This record gives sequence, C-alpha cells and structure tokens, in this order.
Amino acid sequence: MTDAVKTNTVTTGTGKTVATRFLDYAPAPESTSILHLKPSYGLFINGQFVDGHGPSFQTISPATEKTIAEISNADASDVDAAVRAARKAYTSTWSRLSGSDRGKYLFRIARLVQERARELAVAESLDNGKPIKESRDVDVPLVAAWFFYYAGWADKLDYAGLGPNPRSLGVAAQVIPWNFPLLMLAWKVAPALAAGNTVVIKPAETTPLSALIFAEILQQAELPDGVVNIITGAGDTGEALVNHPDVNKVAFTGSTAVGRAIAKSVAGTGKKVTLELGGKAANIVFDDAPLDQAIEGIVNGIFFNQGHVCCAGSRLLVQENIHDEIVERLKSRLMTLRMGDPLDKNTDIGAINSREQLDRVRELSDVGEAEGAVRWNAPCVIPDKGFWFAPTIFTNVSTSSRIARDEIFGPVLAVLTFRTPAEAIAKANNTQYGLSAGIWSDKGSKILAVADGLRAGVIWANTFNRFDPASPFGGYKESGYGREGGRHGLAAYLESAGWGTPAVASPPRKQASS
Amino acid sequence: MNATPHVLPRQVTQPRALAPAERALSLIGGDLTEKSLKLHLDGLTGVDAVGLEQRAAALGTRSIKTTSKAWALDAIISLIDLTTLEGADTPGKVRSLVAKAVNPDPSDSATPRVAAVCVYGDMVPHAIESLGASWSAGEDNGINVAAVATAFPSGRASLAVKIADTSEAVVAGADEIDMVIDRGAFLAGSVGVVFDQIVAVKEACRRTNGTYAHLKVILETGELSTYDNVRRASWLAILAGGDFIKTSTGKVSPAATLPVTLLMLEVVRDWYRLTGERIGVKPAGGIRTAKDAIKYLVTVAETAGEEWLTPQLFRFGASSLLNDVLLQRQKLTTGRYSGPDYVTMD
Repeated sequence: MTDAVKTNTVTTGTGKTVATRFLDYAPAPESTSILHLKPSYGLFINGQFVDGHGPSFQTISPATEKTIAEISNADASDVDAAVRAARKAYTSTWSRLSGSDRGKYLFRIARLVQERARELAVAESLDNGKPIKESRDVDVPLVAAWFFYYAGWADKLDYAGLGPNPRSLGVAAQVIPWNFPLLMLAWKVAPALAAGNTVVIKPAETTPLSALIFAEILQQAELPDGVVNIITGAGDTGEALVNHPDVNKVAFTGSTAVGRAIAKSVAGTGKKVTLELGGKAANIVFDDAPLDQAIEGIVNGIFFNQGHVCCAGSRLLVQENIHDEIVERLKSRLMTLRMGDPLDKNTDIGAINSREQLDRVRELSDVGEAEGAVRWNAPCVIPDKGFWFAPTIFTNVSTSSRIARDEIFGPVLAVLTFRTPAEAIAKANNTQYGLSAGIWSDKGSKILAVADGLRAGVIWANTFNRFDPASPFGGYKESGYGREGGRHGLAAYLESAGWGTPAVASPPRKQASS
Repeated sequence: MNATPHVLPRQVTQPRALAPAERALSLIGGDLTEKSLKLHLDGLTGVDAVGLEQRAAALGTRSIKTTSKAWALDAIISLIDLTTLEGADTPGKVRSLVAKAVNPDPSDSATPRVAAVCVYGDMVPHAIESLGASWSAGEDNGINVAAVATAFPSGRASLAVKIADTSEAVVAGADEIDMVIDRGAFLAGSVGVVFDQIVAVKEACRRTNGTYAHLKVILETGELSTYDNVRRASWLAILAGGDFIKTSTGKVSPAATLPVTLLMLEVVRDWYRLTGERIGVKPAGGIRTAKDAIKYLVTVAETAGEEWLTPQLFRFGASSLLNDVLLQRQKLTTGRYSGPDYVTMD
C-alpha cells in the first residue's frame, strides 16, 4: 500500500479502517461571474422593462437568505397594461404570422436558451435553491427541448388532432410555481406561442429571476413586442391576471387550493382553463424489482429538487417481504447524498425554496411523528443560514396518516407496504390526487397490468421523474385537468376552426326538448 | 397411483456435486450441486440496464477539484496494474515496464508507485528480476507481479492446461493470478464447469508454504453481454473463491465500462453486507484518461465505500492511463500543461 492511499484512511487500534477524506470532495462551486444581474428588475410589458406600481419586493437566495435583486410588483393597472399589450400583439402581429414564421421565433428562443444555458442554470440555482447539477442537466436542457419541440409544431397545427386550421385562443394568462421556475415557463409559453396565442405570465414571487433573464432572451430574439409579457408579483397579481376580463385562456400550475379558487372564479366566463395541481404519487416496488435501480428511482423520485415536485414519488409502496431490505439499502444510499451550496457541482440536495415552505415541511413531519410513524433522516450538516431540511424517511406509516395523504412538497418519504398487486393498486389509488405513479418490477406483464389499474396521469416503469416534451403530462382527480406537453398540450391552446367564430358560426343551440 | 414393485423407478440422475468451495458451502449449503448453484444465481435480483447506465452517468458528473483531485491522481497511480500483454513482449519490454512502475515520474520522486505489473506467465521471472528489491514477493509491501493465466485471453483450453499455466506462474513467483472464466461454458448454462474451474485454479494458486497467490477472476463482460449475466458471473466467481473480480482481458471490446464496474461494485458491496468479507474489483481495458479514472474512484467510493480505495480491493488494469495521470499531476504541481515528451515511455 502506498503512502498516498494511507493518508486517506486511518486504521484504528481495532483494525477498523475509517474513511476520512476522498468523499468530502473539495468545493467545486459554479462561478457566478457569468451572471450579469441588475440590482432591480421591472415588469416586462410590450417588449420593455417598466416599473410596476405595486410596492416592490426582494428576491433572496434560499441558501444564504441574501438579497439577489429588487423586483417590481404588478398591481391591477400593470396587469391591465400587460393584457392590453398582449391583446394588441395578438391582433396586430402574432395571429397574422404564418406558422412557420412563429416557428422561426421559437427556434431562435430555443437556441438562445442553449447559448445562455450556463447563465440560466446559475440564476435558477441561486434564486430557487436547487442544486446546479439539476438546473444544468435537467431544467435548462428541458427548457430548450420544449421550445425546439413546439417550434416544430407551429406550422403543423393541422395535425394537432383538432381538424384543419385550428384557431388560437387569444391572450393566455399563465401563473407558474417556484419549483421549476424556468421549465414551467417553457411548458406554458412554448405551446401557447406555437399555437398562435400571446401570453401574460406571472412567475412565482420567490423565483422571478430566470423569467426576467428569459425576458432579455426574448428581446435578443426580437420577438415582436407584447407577444410575451412577464409580470412579477404575489398572489394578488396572479388573481388580477386570471380574473382580467380580456384573457381567453388561463393556465395554472400550483397548489390544489389555489387551483380550485381559479376554477371557481373563471367559471362561466368562457375562459378555457388548464390546471396542473398537487400530487401524492405512489412509487410501487415489487419484490422482483431490479433493486439497485429501484433504490436510485426512489431517491430520484422524492429527493430530486428537494421533493419540490408535484409528481414526486412521496409514497413508497413496497412489497412487505422486501420492506426491511429496501429501507436499509435506502438509508445507506441516503448517507451518500450531499446537502449544501446549490452552486456546488457536487451538491445533491439544495435548499428548501422559502421559509414558508420549510415551515410546512417541518409541520407535516412533526405531525407524522406524532401520529406514530418512525422518523429517520440522513445525517446532513445543516448550514447556519438559509432554509434546509435533511432527506427524511418515515416508516411504520399508516394509510390514514397525514404524511401519507397530504402533499408535503419536500424531501420527506412515507413508506407503506402491500402484499399483492391488487393491494398495491388499491393503495396507490387511495388518494385525492392522481398525477403520477411509478412501478418497479423486472416482469413486463406485471408492469402493464398494474399500470392499467392505476389512476394517474403519468406512470413511470422502472424509472421516475423523467420528462420529455413529446410526452403529455397532467393529472386525474384533484391533480387538475388538461394536459401539457406533446400533441395533447397543443389542445389547451387551440380550438377547432369555426367553433364559436362568426365566419363559420355553429347553428344556434337547440333548446333542450326534454 | 399405485406403485408396481416390478417396474424399476425412473432413473434419477444425481445432480453433479461441485468442488466444495468454502464460500459456496456456507452460503448455499452442503447440497452444493450445479443445480443448487444455478438456482442461487437465478435468484439474484435483476438489473435494469437503463437505470444502471443512468446511475453510472450521474456518478460521472461529480466534479473532483483541487485537493480532492490531487489525492485522486496519486490514488489512481497506486491502484494501477501496469500492464503489457502483447505477443511481442520481450524481456526488454518487461524491464522497461518495470522501470516505469518503480519510478513513474523521474521528475518527481514523490510520485507513488503502481500496485503491480501485469504480464504473461512466461514473463514473470523477467519482471521479478527487474523489480529486484522493489518486488513485494507475496508480502504486499512492494510492487506485485501479476500474471495472466488459464489460456488468457480466450480461456479455450483444457482444465489441465489451465492449471499448469497457473501453477507455473505461481512457482515462478507471481503474486497475483489473473484468470479468465470459460465464457463459453457460462453462456451454455454450465455454471458448474465455470465454478469448478475457478476452484481448481484457486487451488493452483497455492504456494508451497501454504499461502495463496491472489486470484483475480476475469469475467470478460464484453462477451457476457448482458448486465444480468455480469451479476451472476460476479457472484459465481466470488462463491468459487475469487479474491478479485475483473471486468475484461482488454482484448475484447467493450472492455471495462463505468456501468459494468458499478454493477460489480454493487455485487461486492452486497457480498460484504451478507458476509462481512471484502472482495476486490478490477476494471481493465479502455480506461485511458485521468478524467475517466476519477469517475471510477467516485463510483467506488459512493458504491462500495471509500475503504475499497486501496490496492487490496481496487485496481485499474491499464497501460496508457499512467502517463495521462502523470501529465495531470504535473499540471497540478506546476500550474501548466506539459506534453507527452515530458513523461516517459515504458
């Protein structure tokens, strides 16, 4: 044995070798020098940054609680200005462009996103708290992929499944969450523009930064003024936006409570609505699963993005005969997760996005413990500043426990067991949500049979949390309605030609005769 | 059904008993037959190729910088089996290889030495002679001499030839034997044949003083083709008594890959959990850059554990890797890149 290796390990008196160094990888922080942040950001309306009329607020880094930038706050008059800009752009420019011309703009945006990928990734990790390896390898590449994908659709709308010459809806009001700030923007903006709509979008209050850099990209791409307007603010801004009388379409991703309020407020207005809400996905592991990969899938399912994922596999349903082995392997795998500086390239678990969210995760975890579940968390060193929550597993969880029913939206896994495939299906479906599910088995026929019985919008087999622009995404039950992604995603921003239009007016609706 | 006494019962072929390897006996039990071995191997959990490769790729994105990189480069050197396995090998070539192993970087005496030199069996005396006082001579305190044996690389020879090949190298002083398994037998389902041969070769590793040369079992994963096969063969090699499981001969493409090595590390980790015994892993062939080798170190540390990063438990079978590591090492020391003329040929 050479000296070099000896320095890495310490042999104790009992002959036990204790690891001391290599796994404490030296810091490898991504440089922030690529960012050219302004001290303050206005609202992006009609192609220009303008000051908002509401009281401005600060966006902070959840990892350090340091202020990143001053952000404008849109009040009702700003919302109105943004919607008017979008309407004007819709009638004067965007709806008159050919599909292939719209596609050119989308391709241009996609390429600019790729060119500025590193900058966007750093901004996203700084503002959101997610590890740079995720923003760099998942979020930003998917953003580009979404624009590329829908750019290709822009001149092929005849094949979207709505008959020839489907029509755009008009102005789309979009409100997006803080968990994937830029990716959710891409999910909403790309299909809307491809279909010929104009957009007013409101990023989440805690994560506006990447959307504002995206606004700069839109300027760089010379997208016609007003086609995309980005307004920042809190819940009241979003409320003013979705309730604005001149929007034709409302698209929301976020909590079920807010989604329900939106559905009520737009009822009867003729606005089309798609809602992508909460989830409490079951990740079902059978005893014939490829175990090592299943462990990775469980980790990726619930600890990816600190569990701030609506489709997170937050309920682990494991076949009873392998429960102990799975939990043991899972624990030793979690010991290798590295929590800390989101900008460090080796960080696996970043910061919780806000104090508010951290409080919720803590509260629900405490409830879980109080209800008798056994709590275990990875032994992470919690930094002094910022919002952190160590990856946590609850065993001995009953199906009635709140941690098995409520969406925690944090790095907390509830482990439950089942005995047979039928029981697995029943338990997986026993939730008010239905966004996603995972199945782990080496037996293909079992996967197909179980998938058939699950009521969830997305079902992953032997993988989890994989996204592709060609694949539709959306939920059952309280997880919302409408689909994003793929051809189905276009239907949310289009209507069949002639439907409700004066030129090919549909015959007057018959009075119900019975 | 009533048994009629005058009808002879159908001939039941007795399952063929296997060589009584200690590990297999304690895990599978006294009924050690090809059938029981097969049942055991078939009971191993499956491998999902997509997930395995995804995990390996994720491990490959670790960013090893500054002090960690410096440590890693030295560790890689100390884990190398510096190898020459050519038909054209000569005593001169082996002398040159050994000189490189003893003194990898003449410009920096603090450079660690490699773990072993790996040569064909007939070159063992030349390697030992060239090593002189640097030879560990079975004591694990210097540079080991590893010999490939058992009709390397194809393994297509009778067991008698394989045993003779092995014992000749051991008698000549080889500290380590890198044997190949009979892939043909494995793929034909004759796992008992593969098992018995490993046990026999292990026995041929026994020295006159009762100690054993370390046995590395080459699975030739490129020929086993599926990850499920690699897992079964790894388990089989360990049950039969291998001290190390090794990916490849370097003569078949693909040789070592990160996913295959990850899988084999998972096997030795599971074996350790089950028995408390640590088995070594040696990826060989195709690892040419320091950057790649660091990915392997990360994979070892995050899968089996950091305690595997010693020459007793992990090796790189490589030849050109060493010079790339030395170039990287010089860069860390001097702050600038030099070129291939600033490291020595072996």
